[in-house]
Amino acid sequence: MTYLLQQVLNALQLGSIYALIALGYTMVYGILTMINFAHGDLFMVGAFFCFLAATFLHLPFVPTLLIAMIGVALLGVLIERFAYKPLRQAPRVSAIITALGVGIFLENFTLVFAPYPQHVPTLIKNTTWVVGGVSISSLQLIIIALSLVLMAFLDFIVRKTMVGMAMRAISWDKAIVPLMGIPLNLVISATFALGTSLGGAAGVMYALAFPVIDPYMGILIGWKAFIAAVVGGIGNIRGAMIGGFILGGVEILVAAFLPSTYRDFVAFTLLLVLLIFRPYGILGKPRPQKV
Amino acid sequence: MLLQAKEVTHFFGGLCAVDNFNLDLEQHELIGIIGPNGAGKTTIFNLITGVYKATRGSIRIGGIELVGKTPNQITALGIARTFQNIRLFRDLTVLDNVRIANYSQVKYNPIEAMFHSGRYDEEEKRIANHAMDLLAVFKLQDYADEASKNLPYGLQRRLEIARALATHPKILLLDEPAAGMNPNEISQLMEFIGWIRKEFDLTVILIEHQMRLVMGICERITVLDFGATLAEGLPKEIQNNPKVMEAYLGEGGDL
Amino acid sequence: MNRLRMIWEKIVTNRKLLPVLLVVGLLLSFAIPKFGLLNQYVVLIIIYVGINIILSTSLNLINGYMGEFSVGHAGFMAVGAYISAILTTKIIPESLAPWLFPLVVIAGGIGAALIGLLVAVPSFKTRGDYLAIVTLAFLMIVKSVIENIEAIGGPRGIPGITRLTTLPWTFIWVVIAVWVIRNFVYSNYGRGVLSIREDEIASDLMSVNSRQVKMLAFVISSFFAGVAGVLFAHVLQFISPRVFDIIKSTDILIMVYLGGIGSIAGSILGAVIFTVLLEVLRPLGMWRMVLMPLVLVLLMIYRPRGIMGLREFRWFIPGYDLFASKIWRKKKEVKDAAAS
Repeated sequence: MTYLLQQVLNALQLGSIYALIALGYTMVYGILTMINFAHGDLFMVGAFFCFLAATFLHLPFVPTLLIAMIGVALLGVLIERFAYKPLRQAPRVSAIITALGVGIFLENFTLVFAPYPQHVPTLIKNTTWVVGGVSISSLQLIIIALSLVLMAFLDFIVRKTMVGMAMRAISWDKAIVPLMGIPLNLVISATFALGTSLGGAAGVMYALAFPVIDPYMGILIGWKAFIAAVVGGIGNIRGAMIGGFILGGVEILVAAFLPSTYRDFVAFTLLLVLLIFRPYGILGKPRPQKV
Repeated sequence: MLLQAKEVTHFFGGLCAVDNFNLDLEQHELIGIIGPNGAGKTTIFNLITGVYKATRGSIRIGGIELVGKTPNQITALGIARTFQNIRLFRDLTVLDNVRIANYSQVKYNPIEAMFHSGRYDEEEKRIANHAMDLLAVFKLQDYADEASKNLPYGLQRRLEIARALATHPKILLLDEPAAGMNPNEISQLMEFIGWIRKEFDLTVILIEHQMRLVMGICERITVLDFGATLAEGLPKEIQNNPKVMEAYLGEGGDL
Repeated sequence: MNRLRMIWEKIVTNRKLLPVLLVVGLLLSFAIPKFGLLNQYVVLIIIYVGINIILSTSLNLINGYMGEFSVGHAGFMAVGAYISAILTTKIIPESLAPWLFPLVVIAGGIGAALIGLLVAVPSFKTRGDYLAIVTLAFLMIVKSVIENIEAIGGPRGIPGITRLTTLPWTFIWVVIAVWVIRNFVYSNYGRGVLSIREDEIASDLMSVNSRQVKMLAFVISSFFAGVAGVLFAHVLQFISPRVFDIIKSTDILIMVYLGGIGSIAGSILGAVIFTVLLEVLRPLGMWRMVLMPLVLVLLMIYRPRGIMGLREFRWFIPGYDLFASKIWRKKKEVKDAAAS
């Protein structure tokens, strides 16, 4: 029982990181129907901002987090402006390839300056409490709590504010909504800023929880978060959160009961099975096709 | 009887798009389906051609049940159609558009295709010539190597009909062929439909908004409203049917 | 300038030149290693160019001609590579291996093709992004399965593979791959593939059996990915699951979209440019890996369909297809003249 509880806690930690990244994928998809394959690498950049701020500026946790989030958000907006915007009318696949290209650029650019894995200093003094046999670390709690706060904040923005309303409107119809006086480019920029900043936050949390980082760390985690977004139903914000926690849970469970090398195998097989039975994810709805 | 639809009903989620639709189509007939926007006309075409699977009911051609068959199987059984919004293979040439519709008539297997056997050569020549002959019938032969998206609108409509005929249909379903045409063009189209019907030995079902076209060439008319069949009969009977008048005048249309 | 252009026109319209070039190429591929005409390093690069041509042409069938987005090509490569490496290191005696190598290549291709058949099944129902995910999951599963089988080295892979991929074999397989894929594309089934890209619903309604077409496309594409995997394993002489990860798939994607979708000439061009450029830029060290994706992004912005996108070099189009309308017109003129 305590073992199980322990694993649940671990699953929540991993799941919240996946969920934060998955949100970035799902928001961009929702508004541009484009898979931003560079998103996993923006997560990596977030981790590296954290590393830079902590190692060279000796900043504490909160400013580090803010620097990473703002830095990654700016980067995300810039990428959208210069790489994706020219391609809005182009075939969809060109945009996907561009995103892949941007991702590889980010990886290799970082690699030039950090050819070896880097060690992130401890930012949060880690105390561990033992409650009924379950050991809870303060770091774990902070990660889980902070992600939940960020997710609630995002959910609030999307559902209750004008910007959020504009985002939802644009995801329905990109052609008509701008005619209603909604500044399309501004809203798209805002979406990128929000989505990527969450990725940056996830990068910081990941760097704190698993302090050895390298430029390629974003690839596999990015793809997995993308899977989480798909599992939840891509384009659906609450779906992405649910998907993130499901994926985190599955991975921890597999690692707990099977050799850890089976983790990816089980996760991806589950994805395939789910897609067979629910091709549009848990909360997603098929778009009706007109004939 | 060529085509028979019996109590065909279709739901989208909880919405009944087609309710208890019946149709008896004799060979060489030309019938029309009319009705206000959203009445379920195109849905009926989609049900006949297998794009949607009817929730209830049966559709048969020459005794063969169509419900549950895939669109390509149904097309191979002799039902071809055009689309309300033109759906050509836009980046492909005019010739390729027509050749693709010959898919089920080609008699070589994939292995022969991969190694270009003698039979491949023969068949390709036959198909290309057949397609060019068909294009010539529609006076499109000079555009054969042009990407179909570059054709003017009227020619695109014509090409869509040519492409449908390349599947060797017995029944042709035309979905609003007069959309976007002026009265002069509509007159030409009426003549044209009558002509291909004779030339290709066709039975035709026509969906249309243009009353002039429907009343002018259809032998029988079915009126739909909200998925249900409102009236059936000869053009004259439909024109004087008070229920039809109401449905149309209520919509602001004119007869 | 004008003269050059005329000469070029003469060359491209002269279709008899192609068989001559092929024979010269084959002879060269034997002569170069035999007489040491080029140094070992250059020969190696040429072999990699050849393997990459097979990879990009076969992926173009799915991603370019059919318009899907598969990221699993490295997975099919892995299947071919592992099957062949097991055959040549564990089963076939070393003295026989060079003689049986063609069969090994075919075995690797068939193994990959069977797996390709499996991946084709989800493509019946899912499209676009969701099919992309299926291929991604497939790639990850292949990697994971290999990592978990100790008998084939698990994560450590298979070392000590004999170098059986020679220049002539590479040349021959490139020609076979390009020829078969080109033949397929310019057939009834190939036109079916194109129509699925353009409009799948319309294509189904024009009697195209989309399931059959998709299955064929996946089987042919994965067969040649497997072939490329075999050749790759027997020139690298060492394989592990990490060799065939998502980065390898991305490389192939870049070649395809750089050269241009829906074009065999484009695939060849993409593979050549990508492979050679990476070698030429070697002095730049790690910066070349930064430059490469930038070039790709710029290319996508200014030429979203790649260098050759949807266009084809005349030599790759079968004569009858290229001149179908002209031949018909000629015949008609003759007929009309006879009638009058």
